[in-house]
Amino acid sequence: MQYIANREIIASRIARIFKTGEVVNLGIGLPTLVGKYISEDINIVFQSENGIMGLGPAPAKGSEDRDLTDAGGSPASIRSGGCFFDSAVSFGIIRGGHVDYTVLGVLEVDQEGNLANYKVPGKMVPGMGGAMDLTTGARVVIAAALHFQPSGASRLKRRCTLPLTALHEVNKLVTDLGVFEVLGGRFHLMECFAPYTPEWIVEHTDADVIVKNDCRIVTIDLSGEVKL
Amino acid sequence: MIFKPIISATDAAAKIKEGNSLMVGGFLNCGSPHTIICALKDNSVKNLTLISNDTAIHDFKTGKVTGVGYLVQARLFKKIIASHIGTNQETQRQMNAGETEVELVPQGTLAEQIRAGGAGLGGFLTPTGIGTEVADGKQVIVVAHRPFLLELPLKADVAIIKARKADKAGNLVFNGTARNFNPLMASAAAIVIAEVEEIVEVGEIDPDDVHTPSIFVDFLVKAELLD
Repeated sequence: MQYIANREIIASRIARIFKTGEVVNLGIGLPTLVGKYISEDINIVFQSENGIMGLGPAPAKGSEDRDLTDAGGSPASIRSGGCFFDSAVSFGIIRGGHVDYTVLGVLEVDQEGNLANYKVPGKMVPGMGGAMDLTTGARVVIAAALHFQPSGASRLKRRCTLPLTALHEVNKLVTDLGVFEVLGGRFHLMECFAPYTPEWIVEHTDADVIVKNDCRIVTIDLSGEVKL
Repeated sequence: MIFKPIISATDAAAKIKEGNSLMVGGFLNCGSPHTIICALKDNSVKNLTLISNDTAIHDFKTGKVTGVGYLVQARLFKKIIASHIGTNQETQRQMNAGETEVELVPQGTLAEQIRAGGAGLGGFLTPTGIGTEVADGKQVIVVAHRPFLLELPLKADVAIIKARKADKAGNLVFNGTARNFNPLMASAAAIVIAEVEEIVEVGEIDPDDVHTPSIFVDFLVKAELLD
């Protein structure tokens, strides 16, 4: 079977995890894509660590406001009922457990729930920004990752080789092959995205993957529907 | 009520002396004091320590430089304390070449260090960074079976910040996400210079609407550059 990287499938599947009323912080990069797949039927409160509760979609061209940006510095909007606050309050909200979900992109994630996404020594040292606080403070940490690096190596590891962003904090992992829970030092495959099979995933992942008895094979079309 | 001196950006920049620690408000360019930054980049002061969320943008491909990035480019800093430098290739170059020391701090820890500096705290305990390189050399304190890092307060000689509006006493109102680190830095530096878009008479801002109390602010500068 040939692997074709697909970020949209990851974003679309993660978007279906949230329920009305939950507070969600989406990281920069792949996680930002999740926003476009959120159903209009649910009402989520997006937090942005630069000081917004109730982050809205990107504004139309011409109506940008230099004083209203997202955590990536791009023009943003705020929903009715939202509010602004300073960075100390923002991270009080984050560390204090008031954010239900954080979705973060990863360079590596391991079966112990460790996450590496801020540094490749000697190559790329962008800094952790808010990622360490988000992984430590959010109630549920969802790692979002293409299953394989461009080199073909599995991003899922037995043990991260890169400097860690957080220790034992990842609860759930969504790749373009499936949905995994991190429990008891193992990845548990909960959903497998067709045409891949659980056997193929286990064989091609450089970590211990347990296929749950009730693991579902699903087809995700990008309208956000999950077909059993 | 004491009125705060309204000074030029050039006079504001001249208050920053060789070797000073300098806090600069803003988050990726949003809410940075661009007029003072522009005046400061032409000064000859060196060996400053920068405390800022990030170092804005410097893209080698397009040549685009913004905000604090101009000060990095002018080589004003011997040390940079920030949470993120990924959008500034010149900061990364100076760090990799060993020309500038860069200390990367988790964003929430940096904000709280500045808040603690301004609030008279001896430090604080945070779970952020446990089990990572951030914990290296730091004291771990266990409270109720959970390990926390002891993080120390941060203060500076000078803070340059940006607000939407001030009254002549120096009460500040911020706008949108341009607030970010600005109110925290206002409390944590010996000299605080606020660049503002509008200066109104005392009494024109409802006391309930003030984000930063006037007593934190020493000087006001009228903003001329907003980007």
